Amino acid sequence: MLEKESNPTLSKSTGLPRKRFYRARAHSNPLSDSHFPVPVSPSHVDFSLHYPQFFPSSSEVGCSKKIQFADIGCGFGGLLISLSTLFPETLMIGMELRDKVTEYVKERILALRGSNPGQYQNVSVVRTNSMKYIPNYFEKGQLTKMFFLFPDPHFKEKNHRRRVISPHLLDEYAYVLGVGGIIYTITDVEELGDWMKSCLESHPMFEALKEEELEADPVVKLLCSATEEGQKVARNGGQTFQAVFRRIVLTS
Amino acid sequence: MEDNQIEEGEKNTNVEVAPALISVHPTQNSVAVAVGSDIRVYDLLGDCVVSLVDDSGATSHKDSIRAIRYGANGKLFVSAGDDKVVKIWSAESWQCICTVSSEKRVSAVAISNDGQHVCFADKFGVVWVVDLHGIDGSEASVCKTAAPLLAHYCSIITGLEFSPDGQYVVSADRDFKIRVTIFPKKPLDGAHEIQSFCLGHTEFVSCLTFVITLDYPQGFLVSGSGDSTVRLWDITSGSLLDTCEVDAKAGHLESNGSDEGYSTVTDLCAIPDTTLVALAIQSLQGVMLLSCNLSTKTLSVAKVISINFIPTSLASSSCTGLLWMVTGVSNLPGFDCPSVSRVKVISGFNKSSLDCLEHEPLALEDNDIPGGTKLLEKLQGSVTVDEKVFTAAAEALKAAMCNLLIKKQYSVEKREFRKRTRNDRKTKQ
Repeated sequence: MLEKESNPTLSKSTGLPRKRFYRARAHSNPLSDSHFPVPVSPSHVDFSLHYPQFFPSSSEVGCSKKIQFADIGCGFGGLLISLSTLFPETLMIGMELRDKVTEYVKERILALRGSNPGQYQNVSVVRTNSMKYIPNYFEKGQLTKMFFLFPDPHFKEKNHRRRVISPHLLDEYAYVLGVGGIIYTITDVEELGDWMKSCLESHPMFEALKEEELEADPVVKLLCSATEEGQKVARNGGQTFQAVFRRIVLTS
Repeated sequence: MEDNQIEEGEKNTNVEVAPALISVHPTQNSVAVAVGSDIRVYDLLGDCVVSLVDDSGATSHKDSIRAIRYGANGKLFVSAGDDKVVKIWSAESWQCICTVSSEKRVSAVAISNDGQHVCFADKFGVVWVVDLHGIDGSEASVCKTAAPLLAHYCSIITGLEFSPDGQYVVSADRDFKIRVTIFPKKPLDGAHEIQSFCLGHTEFVSCLTFVITLDYPQGFLVSGSGDSTVRLWDITSGSLLDTCEVDAKAGHLESNGSDEGYSTVTDLCAIPDTTLVALAIQSLQGVMLLSCNLSTKTLSVAKVISINFIPTSLASSSCTGLLWMVTGVSNLPGFDCPSVSRVKVISGFNKSSLDCLEHEPLALEDNDIPGGTKLLEKLQGSVTVDEKVFTAAAEALKAAMCNLLIKKQYSVEKREFRKRTRNDRKTKQ
């Protein structure tokens, strides 16, 4: 409805995009065949589009970096923004199905890059259906971290197949995560938390991180605090349920 | 898929046209054709018609069969389709030895090389596996439950193959992807380890086959697609070795750009003991032969054999140098007899390889094919068929395939129209 001009949609004081111009429904149908471009294969992903400072020209093979962190269902980008400064040399990407929300994150990154020269160059977002197209973006064993923060619970049993963590989809996530890579999940819905934990526990290519490892990982603290969704849960005094697992070699 | 079904003007899904399918026993002991819900088998060893024995209560299938296959060891035959039932038959006694129920319509089947497992894929993207240990056909038909093996998220699975060495199971879908998964020692626990993805097609993948020679026993994967290409792959790495465009070579002078699915590769068949792959292409009358050069890892068009016949399915077996083809359809609206099929055989592939197609492959006369007119009468239902029916059949099948596998492109107005019953889109202002 609204024109996507930079003026009214960006806040005059911070230069950052204003959320009310990017409102969208919380749910999006992961089964729909939306029409967004999908790269034919990981070698077709345009790095110069996402990380122009690292990859000045799309034809040159200057930088050999690859994306290592993926935030699946990144929403308004809270986690990515926090991770960007924590890991300035690591390339990371957010994947989001909702059109307007993806636009918001794009604007947010551009604005942050503008007001913080040299920073936020390692983070980007793409509009895609991660349940169908993850192998199109990432090569085998490419990722070192994958994030699934506050995914859609799909409460009805008949819709459980639409959940982003499921036994079959874990095969694909195990494919793109290198051995030793970590998958982080968190939710405020207890039933979903149990579901995700049990899917990960029963999958032969994932093992739970021990307490000491969770304590030592700086990223774990960000799961609750860095995203808009997490902040809302904290504000309302809700409980969160996290499951953090490591990708291991298949145990028969 | 189920969520997008309701649309005005879309055909009633109960009366879908289905292509006729053909499969040949690995050493050509018999030939099977499936048309609609009917399986017709001719025994070439005994030179007689076969009647299938099914004492599970049901007389064969109740709806269109979508996949048939002989096992590599020649002992098993599988049939499955829209009636959500997978039937496993002994290819010797032709008794139904096992029946498996599927939750959804079945779109592809595969049998492991040792005959111990049967896999089938449904239209929702799940590949199931059945363990056949202990079943030898001595008892009456057993009902087995299948376990989920792997899944392509919400995508119709169009091809399912075991690699020649039995190490991998390859599955192709309508979202342009081919997935190569390690076939585990305990398949009932699921196949979790993905070896690679073969990505490169720009439209639905329609068929898969392996080209095997003595020098390359692990074989190379060849795939056909709605993007009018055939591609050669190395499955261990997922790399695309070569692409062969078939539309230009099919000799279509009038290329109507807006005509979708014009040169879809509908079926592929590797001709054993050669490096040739036969292709059935949607609007091509005849068969295209591709030659695979496995040392340079390339594909090229060797020949186009023109016959007044658009095949819907191809099959071949070892040591015979014959390519079997069927064209046909079931549930064709507007004609007296709703199911028709025509079988033809091309011979001349003995010891052929890249450069030396010395003897021109040619279509055999009806009397010269193995089994002769007796076979044709059984497999076709009659000896002669009206040619006009086949033109209508080809059109109907093309439309059905497009509807099923090509993503619908709605105009903005149409999309808004479809969303209008959603609560946040109801026009109140």
